[in-house]
Amino acid sequence: MTLRLENVSRSVAGEIYLADIDLALEPGTVNVLLGPTLAGKTSLMRVMAGLDRPGRGRILIDGKDMTGASLRRRNVAMVYQQFINYPSFTVYDNIASPLRRAGLSRDEIDSKVRGAAASLRIDTLLDRLPAQLSGGQQQRTALARALVKEADLLLLDEPLVNLDYKLREELREELREIFKARRSIVVYATTEPVEALMIGGNTLVMDRGRILQAGRTVEVYHNPATLRVGEVFSDPPMNMIDGRVADGEGVLGGTMRTPAHRHLSALNPGDYRFGIRCNHLFVARQSPADIEFTARVELAEISGSETFVHAGFADVSWVVQEEGVHTLSLGQEIRVYLDPANLFAFDRDGTLIAAPARRGASSAAA
Amino acid sequence: MARIHLDRIAHSYVSKPRGESDYALRSIDHVWDDGGAYALLGPSGCGKTTLLNIISGLVQPSQGRVMFDERDVTNLPTQQRNIAQVFQFPVIYDTMTVFDNLAFPLRNRRIDEAQVIKRVEEVAATLELTADLKKRAQGLSADAKQKISLGRGLVRSDVAAILFDEPLTVIDPHLKWELRRKLKEIHERFALTLVYVTHDQNEALTIADRVAVMHEGQIVQFGTPQELFETPRHTFVGYFIGTPGMNFLPCTLDGGHAVVEGVQVPLAADAARPQNGAGGSLQIGIRPQFLKLSRAATASSVPVAISTVEDLGNFKIVTARLGANTIKIKLPEDEELPGEQGHLSFPPEWTRLYADGVLVE
Repeated sequence: MTLRLENVSRSVAGEIYLADIDLALEPGTVNVLLGPTLAGKTSLMRVMAGLDRPGRGRILIDGKDMTGASLRRRNVAMVYQQFINYPSFTVYDNIASPLRRAGLSRDEIDSKVRGAAASLRIDTLLDRLPAQLSGGQQQRTALARALVKEADLLLLDEPLVNLDYKLREELREELREIFKARRSIVVYATTEPVEALMIGGNTLVMDRGRILQAGRTVEVYHNPATLRVGEVFSDPPMNMIDGRVADGEGVLGGTMRTPAHRHLSALNPGDYRFGIRCNHLFVARQSPADIEFTARVELAEISGSETFVHAGFADVSWVVQEEGVHTLSLGQEIRVYLDPANLFAFDRDGTLIAAPARRGASSAAA
Repeated sequence: MARIHLDRIAHSYVSKPRGESDYALRSIDHVWDDGGAYALLGPSGCGKTTLLNIISGLVQPSQGRVMFDERDVTNLPTQQRNIAQVFQFPVIYDTMTVFDNLAFPLRNRRIDEAQVIKRVEEVAATLELTADLKKRAQGLSADAKQKISLGRGLVRSDVAAILFDEPLTVIDPHLKWELRRKLKEIHERFALTLVYVTHDQNEALTIADRVAVMHEGQIVQFGTPQELFETPRHTFVGYFIGTPGMNFLPCTLDGGHAVVEGVQVPLAADAARPQNGAGGSLQIGIRPQFLKLSRAATASSVPVAISTVEDLGNFKIVTARLGANTIKIKLPEDEELPGEQGHLSFPPEWTRLYADGVLVE
């Protein structure tokens, strides 16, 4: 099945939920909706599912206008943030329920239920009731029920958000492999950039009811079309500083000077907003071209594998990512090194003008 | 503020516990020094909430004593323990102003009003609530309400300790780092004893100076964030801290080497001494970021088959197979990758040896 949304908008009580959504989703693709809370991810999924009717625009399934068609006429499965299962059914019966409704034979149901349960590693829990399961196991049950249905359209609305991070890590990886093997259109909503990168496929970056950018996940990550996309698709958000280019030189924050080499050489003279991701700032010199500055530590956030140092300089709170775990005191001064080769340049309207060249970019696109 | 001593604590919710599995907490003997920032970190069901409830007085332990300095508080109710608590969800009076909410714990103790005003204004300034002081709590966002809860926990300077139970759960992700920073600032400024319970490694490692990692009713390691990352004392800590977690590979010992799938892996000199390793099932552990992957073999590398490469934008995760073992390798975004076969080196300074799950030192 192919799903097309043409110029879809939806408002409720004067508030814009969705605006001018145009997209086409092909079978066998995984599509991540990435955006902050209230970006319109859930609204878009509800319109796709047929739960809500768009105020304007058309929904085409395999070229046929299905805008007004009810949920029952679309072959859709949906998984929500909250673990939703039938409390009085065993895990087995929960997973089997859509198959029974579809009137499959007992043997067919049995083999499908056991297959889905095995792929989500709940095959030893089939006799239990949801109340006897952990949150992670309950959500696996809900996922198995959605997967077993073999729907044409599989919608997952932040399915891992209520789970412990270790479980989230494991399930992301499992889901990516499960999605790869499917013929359905998978739509997966998340607020987390790392989850989008983990799930892979395509990403549609959303903000305030609009799709800001769509494309292959890694490509969108490396070429954010606008400043806003750069912010949404970075966690922590991309470091930003105002600057200008004149006479073959770039000046950031009034004091940091660099020759406008490589991708920056194509910039016309004028004002820009420069962006750089936190993993491209270092506490030790990496290249002779590095701009060096001293910043005051505001916090060292430790993720378990990395340290994100928040440090102030030139009225900007910079975030520097260090590999490994390091302890820093508040107020401590650190040297920060910034290689201009890693700068994104956005114009005054926030449109991307120049992106860093990437080593190994060709292999990523393959 | 006080020093908290958990003196041989054990707890079972079963009235007649039979085996170890009936215990939510098994033999906890632990000291938190006055003025430190501590975290209790572990997955759901590890016993961290039970332990917090024992400290706060909601639960009386089946065995052992809770000491605040030299005072045995084991059988005292919460109100007599002189502690402040902040919970997952805001606990505030909606109809009161922000000021009155913050002042409540002080006025309740008949603190002089001039002192109340001074303290409330100080805490409000730190939490950036000054502009909201005259507003009713009712109309404020969930974030602001939780900030008031934090403020109510922090406003008394005479408490033995402040206990936090996952207080940032309801906070918007983009505001979280700011509140973590505030908590750290406040801890440094007011020299509070702070015990922070969470399942989130990021929160625990960022806020606490020392973290107690809990697993199946026990504290398996109590250490600084750096120690937990670099030298996990238990395989659970290696797994639980870090994304992805530590790799563990079953091995045997042969002189100064570990042997994995018939291939020698060198170990640091002191790790491999046989008198340390003794019996039990042996594993080597190494974090994904410390492994070196190369196209060509080196003197100490082992050949691996590469199964998948995930491009995560600012880094790559390679999944490789060594016999029956799966190994995760974390590489910088622009690192050249070998094809389907590669050679993996285990730097001895980052390769740990575990016997029955416990670090061999």
